[in-house]
Amino acid sequence: MTQNRAKIRTEGVNVHYGATHAIKDVTLDIPDKTVTAFIGPSGCGKSTFLRCINRMNDTIDVCRVTGIITIDGEDIYDRRIDPVQLRRKVGMVFQKPNPFPKSIYDNVAYGPKIHGLARNRAELDEIVEKALRRGAIWDEVKDRLSEPGTGLSGGQQQRLCIARAIATEPEILLMDEPCSALDPIATSQVEELIYELKNNYSVVIVTHSMQQAARVSQKTAFFHLGTMVEYGETDEIFTNPRDERTENYITGRIG
Amino acid sequence: MTEITTSLLTLDARTQKRNAAERRFRAYGLAAVLTGLLLLVILLVSVLSNGLGAFRQTFVTVDITLDRAQIEEAEAALVKTKIYRGFIEDNIAASLEAAGVTEANDASAAADLLSKDAAASLRDWARTRLESDGEKWSKSFDFLAAGRIDGYLKGRVTMESAALDSKVTPEQLQLADTLRDAGVLVVKFNTGFFTLPDASENQVEAAGLGVAILGSAYLMLIVLFLALPIGVAASIYLEEFAPKNRLTDLIEVNISNLAAVPSIVFGILGLAIFINFIGLPQSAPIVGGLVLTLMTLPTIIISTRAALKAVPPSIRDGALGVGASPMQTVFHHVLPLAAPGILTGTIIGLAQALGETAPLLLIGMVAFVREYPAGPPEGFFDPASALPVQVYNWTQRADPAFFERASGAIIVLLIFLAIMNITAVFLRRKFERRW
Amino acid sequence: MSPLWTPLFILALAIAGFFAARSRALSTAGGNPRLMHSLPRVYGMNALIWTAAPALLLLAALTLAQPMMQERQVMSALPDSLTASAGETSLAMAEICRIAGGIATAIENRSLSKDAALQSSDIGTLRDALTGAGIAVTPETSAEILNGAQDWYAYDRRAALLHAVLALGAAALGLVWALRRARKDVNARSTVERGILLLLMGAASVAILTTVGIVFSMLFEAYHFFQQYSWREFFFSTNWNPRFQGGSDLGMLPLLWGTLYISLIALIGAVPIGLFAAIYLSEYASRRMRSIAKPLIEVLAGVPTIVYGLFALITVGPILRDYFAAPMGLGNSASSVMTAGLVMGIMLIPFVSSLSDDIINAVPQSLRDGSYGLGSTQSETVRHVVLPAALPGIVGAILLAASRAIGETMIVVLGAGAAAKLSMNPFEAMTTVTVKIVSQLTGDTDFASPETLVAFALGLTLFVLTLILNVIALYVVRKYREQYE
Repeated sequence: MTQNRAKIRTEGVNVHYGATHAIKDVTLDIPDKTVTAFIGPSGCGKSTFLRCINRMNDTIDVCRVTGIITIDGEDIYDRRIDPVQLRRKVGMVFQKPNPFPKSIYDNVAYGPKIHGLARNRAELDEIVEKALRRGAIWDEVKDRLSEPGTGLSGGQQQRLCIARAIATEPEILLMDEPCSALDPIATSQVEELIYELKNNYSVVIVTHSMQQAARVSQKTAFFHLGTMVEYGETDEIFTNPRDERTENYITGRIG
Repeated sequence: MTEITTSLLTLDARTQKRNAAERRFRAYGLAAVLTGLLLLVILLVSVLSNGLGAFRQTFVTVDITLDRAQIEEAEAALVKTKIYRGFIEDNIAASLEAAGVTEANDASAAADLLSKDAAASLRDWARTRLESDGEKWSKSFDFLAAGRIDGYLKGRVTMESAALDSKVTPEQLQLADTLRDAGVLVVKFNTGFFTLPDASENQVEAAGLGVAILGSAYLMLIVLFLALPIGVAASIYLEEFAPKNRLTDLIEVNISNLAAVPSIVFGILGLAIFINFIGLPQSAPIVGGLVLTLMTLPTIIISTRAALKAVPPSIRDGALGVGASPMQTVFHHVLPLAAPGILTGTIIGLAQALGETAPLLLIGMVAFVREYPAGPPEGFFDPASALPVQVYNWTQRADPAFFERASGAIIVLLIFLAIMNITAVFLRRKFERRW
Repeated sequence: MSPLWTPLFILALAIAGFFAARSRALSTAGGNPRLMHSLPRVYGMNALIWTAAPALLLLAALTLAQPMMQERQVMSALPDSLTASAGETSLAMAEICRIAGGIATAIENRSLSKDAALQSSDIGTLRDALTGAGIAVTPETSAEILNGAQDWYAYDRRAALLHAVLALGAAALGLVWALRRARKDVNARSTVERGILLLLMGAASVAILTTVGIVFSMLFEAYHFFQQYSWREFFFSTNWNPRFQGGSDLGMLPLLWGTLYISLIALIGAVPIGLFAAIYLSEYASRRMRSIAKPLIEVLAGVPTIVYGLFALITVGPILRDYFAAPMGLGNSASSVMTAGLVMGIMLIPFVSSLSDDIINAVPQSLRDGSYGLGSTQSETVRHVVLPAALPGIVGAILLAASRAIGETMIVVLGAGAAAKLSMNPFEAMTTVTVKIVSQLTGDTDFASPETLVAFALGLTLFVLTLILNVIALYVVRKYREQYE
């Protein structure tokens, strides 16, 4: 496998929630056009770290981030950076499918509309269709685009949310346990999709399932109690972990 | 398609526009909050500036000396207050001289500055003297000054307005100036505002809130003693015992609807059922109390149910587990834990009831009442007024001096409400429990 | 004797019963509570309930039923000439009640002897006796009315005695029954608990009784009104002009117009301010600002409406007249639709804002996260995601506010004026349904004339109107909450 250049670099990132030290000194490089998985026991800080990459933590009052995170060499915590502009470049898919209470079409069109990606209705239609196709849900919903997105099944909702995130043409896609609320069939649909997505995007996925990380990712980082214990090729981590804690986790002794 | 910005460090035009829209939106929100706060301030300032005057009143200090013969002579006369007015004039002359007023020492003109009430209150005192021992009595009286004179000292009446007014002349105002300089005419705290009953149109200076405060207290007593037990009992039933069926649903929908029924409709209910059908007396606190009870019940029930719901099921399980019956569980464990919440809800309900006006108008509490009602429970059936109704009553009078009284009454009402609400907040803070 | 003595006596009996039953039950167990089925005080409670509850209920029922039966009896004795129409009947009955009340007071004050009041069959002497006791009786007062008053008073006294005897009898029976059951092997606890449960159910049904009372009291009198006045005229006539000598025009359209016009102005003022304040406080404000500003705005909700009324009357009205209406030549009345509408708007701000605040907070955070994750600004999130999601709830809140505005009384009584008019000029004085209910039902009222009874028809209309709004609003809000639970 070819090693892509680093898309995201972090250096000495620390996160505090009030008095809690949630992330301790994390440094890693995430390559472009790759799926990178964050694994670790619940409460280890992997989701928190993920939310730092598109500054979603800004919406929480008590959260404080220090250290450097760069995307394409630009510090995203620079004072000149507008988080709104950043989040267009760094899309996000959440743990629980959260379609807006609008039609399927409007759900996908929302992002392009606010970012002004379409000049007219025809262009918007095109963007929506493309996003739904990439989200591998077009065939299921093409005849009912005006129905509410909340009426879809769980797996469909999550793929709709992925399509929604893709529609703004991000370069990076963050996924926070995207399959934890889904049944096995829906999970496998979404996993296939994620595997496809790496051709166009850098995907960072947080998951509590090691099998999932093994199935979809090329790189894996293991988090434990707020620190990043180990980071490397997924095959390496699962077959030959260097750290004892990683081994314990993978063999099911902790977590 | 728009071009994709290569660097995040430069804001594209669209983002700048969107950020401007963001700032505007935020400013609208802030403006709305500030408008709300500003309106609150304007409301309070308006009430305070109009009403603070009611707490101070102009008095004329006169030393009165009477002997038994004088009083007996006056009591034997046909028009008694006229004789007493004569006494006041005589004594005013002496008081003025003592105060050093020599020019313009016209006792009759000075006595004209007094309220019509003055002679009557002197007579009340004199008659009690007759029953005691002794032959000669002295007392320093603070007689109420007439309403227009009071208005002049508070700036409501001017020389110009007096010239057009049939009830006062500019000369009287000049005399009032002289008397004020001499210290005979003084503005001081008006205890009568809290103790005197309402007064007629021509005697705004003697109008007080005594009957209204007592009436409101009676109303609150009745509401407390009826609404609290009924409300708590209803909530316990609905929250702890009621089966899930249509009847229970109906009661629930009913209660939330009753909370939103216009208050005047409760007045119609009171008039039609309690007065016309059952035959309870008009203007009586008992009817007002019953109507307000029905109005307050939904508030108490809703907050009591919330308080009961907040008691965790583990407490109930614990009690049931040691063999208590469901009824014992509720009365021994759940209810005491919910008590602070119930109390808070009750106080808030009472505060609402205290300010309620419309239904009381319909059951006749707006009538002019000068007699204090008897003590409870008989007094519950006597005519009485209530604070908010007294305010309304005074706004309907022709003399604008009553507006000052009405605003003053509002201040009293708001102080009572503030005390009740602060108590509720305090209780909530103090007993707030985290399970 | 005050009517309060009977219930007090029953209560005393019940308390005595408590102690008697407790000690009796204890003695059957030889003084050892462990041998008893229930706790000793439960036997006491049992006696207390059995003594007090049936007797007090009986007393209440009798007291409620008595005036009706009495009225029927006295009325049947009246000659037809006095009961020709419903109006005349009620006039005659009112007079009889008044004189009977006078007789009762006079006898209590000892200014009239019982014999003089009841025995004298000669109308002349009776009239003199009554006048002598200070009861206003005109020479025109007919013999039938005076006899009716005598009967009424006599019935009253007899009924009071009968009620006392019956109620005390019931109390005694209950006490005896409970004392017989105060034995150690009786399951007193479940009896007591069943009794308490019944009491609790009774309390819960007060809510239903209130609604029934409201509906029936208004239906009954509104029915009387529509017997005397055409319903078509009432609902569709544009003239409101009550006259005391009769022949009034009682069309409610002008009143309804005033009500809706004022409510509309109030909502136009209150909804944007309240909604924006709620959005700011829930989405933007720091926790500190929220903890200060939210309670302060809610103070506005705790201010009684009479205060707003006075504010309209002495502050807002004159300002609007002197600085807006008069210079623009739109009128010179301090009370106007605008005055009442604006002040009512202030009253509704906290109502709208706290309801919307609750509803906006119920929108799940995940929706906001989804929107932020796509790179939308906070205001875009609010406008495109939060508000559409909260829309049903907010519509419900606005409907509730509209219902409040329509039913509001004191602000319009003091701020809107009394002239029934159909006009577009907001600076003109107009009147509302609630104002007319107050004016038709205060002062001298004659419950036989359409001018008074119209108030009940107005009240019924108001009740139905607000009920519809409330039911829709509560339904919408409830559905909305279920969606996100």
